[in-house]
Amino acid sequence: MAVEQTDAQLVSRCRAGETEAWNEFVERFSRYVHAICGRGFRLPQQDAEDVFQEVFARAYERLGELRSDDAVRPWLAQLTRRLCIDRLRLIARDAPSDTDLDEREIDDVLSTLDDAMTVRAALDKVGDPCREILDRFFCRDESYHTIGDTLDIPAGTIASRISRCLEKVRSELDGRSRGSRPS
Amino acid sequence: MSIEMNGFDEETIGRLLRLLPPAPDGWVRAAQELPAARAALDELVARAERDAAFRQQLQADLERAVAAAGFEPSPFIVSRLRRLLEAV
Repeated sequence: MAVEQTDAQLVSRCRAGETEAWNEFVERFSRYVHAICGRGFRLPQQDAEDVFQEVFARAYERLGELRSDDAVRPWLAQLTRRLCIDRLRLIARDAPSDTDLDEREIDDVLSTLDDAMTVRAALDKVGDPCREILDRFFCRDESYHTIGDTLDIPAGTIASRISRCLEKVRSELDGRSRGSRPS
Repeated sequence: MSIEMNGFDEETIGRLLRLLPPAPDGWVRAAQELPAARAALDELVARAERDAAFRQQLQADLERAVAAAGFEPSPFIVSRLRRLLEAV
């Protein structure tokens, strides 16, 4: 199993000014912020990019204000949500439309993305080669053939590897779930 | 819809992973360069505080003045400098 730092440990290193920690921070949360802008709020690409950069700029400047380092994920989600809403207001001011923001739908999407981040964290914990294989197949939409060529493994074995890796992620999630249950 | 954490099956895991494709490389790199941009911003602000001519150049054409000073006029630097200049 890979040794993954908790969010709190990573935040603490960022606050101490470690450049490498900041790179990891961006790497860890970039998909989440990107998905909130795109899937949650359906921002056009250019607006999504602006919001994405502003989220990380504010996170960098305000990490010290975070009350609990463990709460960085919901804090980032809230920050992204606020900035997306501001951006949508700006867009609507320039080009009014009849489409209202459906806050309940957005809550649902954000909740599902939060689950996706939990799965992602479990995948990080499982580590390579599973992380690499599942990321390429599910997140980058690569074919068995491409994955096989890139990782130098027979394409005919990719499906069974994916299946075994999914089982490992599931076991990791089950372990977390049991571990977090009160005894 | 939130899923019970102990109720993830393999199909759900795959579906959830699909929701988080990587952000574009350029976006990630720009965000990772924020500490360097912050240092550049501090340097530009210090120079603007002690150099009235540079301050005027910033007010006249911010992006050009930043580039002329040898820094990349990234959105982070430009937006923060603009905010500071407006507050002066």
